[in-house]
Amino acid sequence: MALFDVSGYKSHSELRGQMIGTGVGHFIDRPNQTFSVPVGVDPSGFLKSCSHDGGVSIDLNHGTTTLAFTFRHGVIVAVDSRASAGSYIASKEANKVIEINPYLLGTMSGSAADCQYWERLLAKECRLYKLRNKQRISVSAASKLLCNMMLGYRGMGLSMGSMIVGWDNKGPGLYYVDDNAKRLSGRMFSTGCGSSYAYGVIDSGYREDMTVEEAYELGRHGITHATHRDAYSGGVVNLYHMQEDGWIKVCKEDVSELIHRYRKGMF
Amino acid sequence: MRPVITLSLNTSWQTFASGVASNTFKHFSTSVSRNIMAARYDRAITVFSPDGHLFQVEYAQEAVKKGSTAVGIRGKDIVVLGVEKKSVAKLQEERTVRKICALDEHVCMAFAGLTADARIVINRARVECQSHRLTVEDPVTVEYITRHIATLKQRYTQSNGRRPFGISALIVGFDYDGTPRLYQTDPSGTYHAWKANAIGRSAKTVREFLEKNYTDEAIATDNEAIKLAIKALLEVVQSGGKNIDLAVIRRNQPLKLLESKEIETLVAEIEKEKEDEAEKKKQKKST
Repeated sequence: MALFDVSGYKSHSELRGQMIGTGVGHFIDRPNQTFSVPVGVDPSGFLKSCSHDGGVSIDLNHGTTTLAFTFRHGVIVAVDSRASAGSYIASKEANKVIEINPYLLGTMSGSAADCQYWERLLAKECRLYKLRNKQRISVSAASKLLCNMMLGYRGMGLSMGSMIVGWDNKGPGLYYVDDNAKRLSGRMFSTGCGSSYAYGVIDSGYREDMTVEEAYELGRHGITHATHRDAYSGGVVNLYHMQEDGWIKVCKEDVSELIHRYRKGMF
Repeated sequence: MRPVITLSLNTSWQTFASGVASNTFKHFSTSVSRNIMAARYDRAITVFSPDGHLFQVEYAQEAVKKGSTAVGIRGKDIVVLGVEKKSVAKLQEERTVRKICALDEHVCMAFAGLTADARIVINRARVECQSHRLTVEDPVTVEYITRHIATLKQRYTQSNGRRPFGISALIVGFDYDGTPRLYQTDPSGTYHAWKANAIGRSAKTVREFLEKNYTDEAIATDNEAIKLAIKALLEVVQSGGKNIDLAVIRRNQPLKLLESKEIETLVAEIEKEKEDEAEKKKQKKST
């Protein structure tokens, strides 16, 4: 805030420090919440030591495939549904799309816990925005809020790659937000370790003037082929279509059936 | 002996003052007891009086009533703010006294009351306008920034060791969907939307004038809306156009402060219209 020191405004952490006194625990203070951490624990320092070459390396994989693209009739969102813990498949029907409100969707890839927590927090902020301002939050504002949350915890080991999809009075919106607080607006994104396969498929099949059915097929193709080659993606394809009057859930189809349909001669 | 007598006197005053049961004593008790109660409950902002007043806030509103008049008018495609310019000392530079300030390109405000308090509020509001643009990627709506200012003012009526802001503000502007807005805030932290309003010294006179003269025809064109603001201020300002400062915002255009020459021209037009009206009335009477 401008003229912070001149105005004598005491930040939240300073006041808490005065009230509680240091030594009990050290609070990591962020605008939305305060996480209590035992004395001596420093997440960002610990992680820096972990990614040091030669030392133990913690490399977080975003085990999933999600994709989204805009076209003439709105935005298509397609995600897989495999949740893995190492090589163990924890769930084959995980829900990787959070329905924030009838005009806003968020996809999740990366650490399931991080995604679920932060996107639910985003949903709470969106609801509060609507109550305070009597109008729905714009897609750019929602993605900015998520991005700022990520920025507060940058370097501390969060793992989240998300796409915020919506339709507001500026038209259809698609934003990619990740745990490094990168925020990009675009017409086509794919996240997760299966994203390279998905990009190959949707890049070659994309036309701006596709019909709605063709767009659904392209989304399904993208996920199906990615799950076919990527070990950490699988399960079912959850397909959503963001239209002017809200999103609709198009289908939920098993990839093992879809792959047989698409690659008739292969098996 | 003495302490006992004093104590009993105090307690009897207390029951007398706070009990509103007896109607015969009600008038006497409210006026006397208010002074007594005021003596007890007006030092600290965070203390209610027994009859529900926050005296510090009410005294802040009195401070506002001492400030120079400001009037705001919401037209169809224009919003107008007019303020009474206090006469400056001979050696003082006139430009440094500005009662109308832009908060963003599409919002501006005028205030009545303590100038120093207003400077702080305006600064916080300007920062909030830019902060909103940064986080939400959209300009503020007039209602949002008014709500922010009002929340700021309310916070200062409910904390230790701070006094309320001694200003009322008139906030005008256009939302990004093109709707013109006019809001007024006061030291207690409430805010309301208005079609036309006045604050400061003689606000009551100006508001009565506006209630009589604010019609759809009166604000039909931009020029008419500006003239209505000037007419309203001329009711209470001495020596005419020299002591009036005017600012307008037109849809999709930034704030424009009118030059004294333009104001003089408009004042001359208004005078001429008044004379023409008087002439017509004379002719009607004679025929």
